[in-house]
Amino acid sequence: MTDMSVQNSEYEASMGDYFALLKPRVMSLVIFTALVGLLVAPVPVHPFIGFVGVLCIAVGAGASGALNMWWDADIDAIMKRTAKRPIPSGRVQPGEALGIGLALSGFAIVLLLLATNVLAAGLLAFTIFFYAVVYSMWLKRATPHNIVIGGAAGAFPPMIGWAVATGSVSIESILMFALIFMWTPPHFWALALFVKSDYGDAGVPMLTETHGRDVTRRHVIVYAVLLVPVAVGLGFTSIGGPIYLVTSLLLNAWFLKGCFDIWRRDDAAANADNYTVERQVFKVSLYYLFGHFGALLAEAVVRASGFGGL
Amino acid sequence: MAIRVEHEVHQRRKGRNFGVGILLASFIGLIFALTVVKVIQLGDARQFESFDHVARPAIIPQEGVTE
Repeated sequence: MTDMSVQNSEYEASMGDYFALLKPRVMSLVIFTALVGLLVAPVPVHPFIGFVGVLCIAVGAGASGALNMWWDADIDAIMKRTAKRPIPSGRVQPGEALGIGLALSGFAIVLLLLATNVLAAGLLAFTIFFYAVVYSMWLKRATPHNIVIGGAAGAFPPMIGWAVATGSVSIESILMFALIFMWTPPHFWALALFVKSDYGDAGVPMLTETHGRDVTRRHVIVYAVLLVPVAVGLGFTSIGGPIYLVTSLLLNAWFLKGCFDIWRRDDAAANADNYTVERQVFKVSLYYLFGHFGALLAEAVVRASGFGGL
Repeated sequence: MAIRVEHEVHQRRKGRNFGVGILLASFIGLIFALTVVKVIQLGDARQFESFDHVARPAIIPQEGVTE
């Protein structure tokens, strides 16, 4: 290409455009929960192996995000929230996103296998498959419960982190998985209640639109109640303890109160105060997840420093 | 004479090439460091020292020889 032909060329993506394909905000949650899963495991890991493990999990999550954007480019272009993503805005070509997603998936799985063990690599491969194929290609456009089952993809990182350290799956890692899995629906539906969505225009079935907002409010409280035994139960395993239990009880009481308030009111009341309660519960749900995993980390630090028996 | 007007596309390409360079260098560093850590974790150098096509009597365990 000559200097003169530049003005006629199509947009060429920058590094930032490619990075945006990896959904960096989702990646931060993945990194945090995977790191906690790795650090609370009873088997010590060499720091560099641990770093490579978390890096692979993060890159794998990013790769599945790129594959999701490649598949969903048509509906992303319709919805206001996603219209500025790299593919619908024309900054990245769909083929590039597919290539990046597949290449990074392969890189992350193979490197995790070489650096750690076959179970961790297998779980990462399944997570990518689950998010890109089961959730994006199958569930998302088929059922209003897409977010419930699809939430499993976001719940795997601490389990993979645990597998990096131990090479196994145990009740602790299953409960960490279950905590995120059960937390995702009320977290997401609280958001869905106050965000003006255009999922309907894009043909994506969302509970708020297929079953109505009152049904969504009921689902929020049901999942919040089902979440409590999972969250508190984790405190009675080998990675729990008094710090975790106190934190969990307080956070569950706070979250349940908010979800109860969501259930007790209707859209007329919500419109009157601009969805204050729904916005607050969404914010609390973020504190809830970071609080639980932060408390698990605090327990691990206490145990490592030798104060565990006190 | 070549036209040398800097276009915004050139800036973007430069940034992208620079980014790819950093990623490749990081990848090499990552694999190298991982190899070093894996080898050090073996502890005993004889575990990774092997014949490599040439018989090396020095690494054959000797009967009755204590270390």
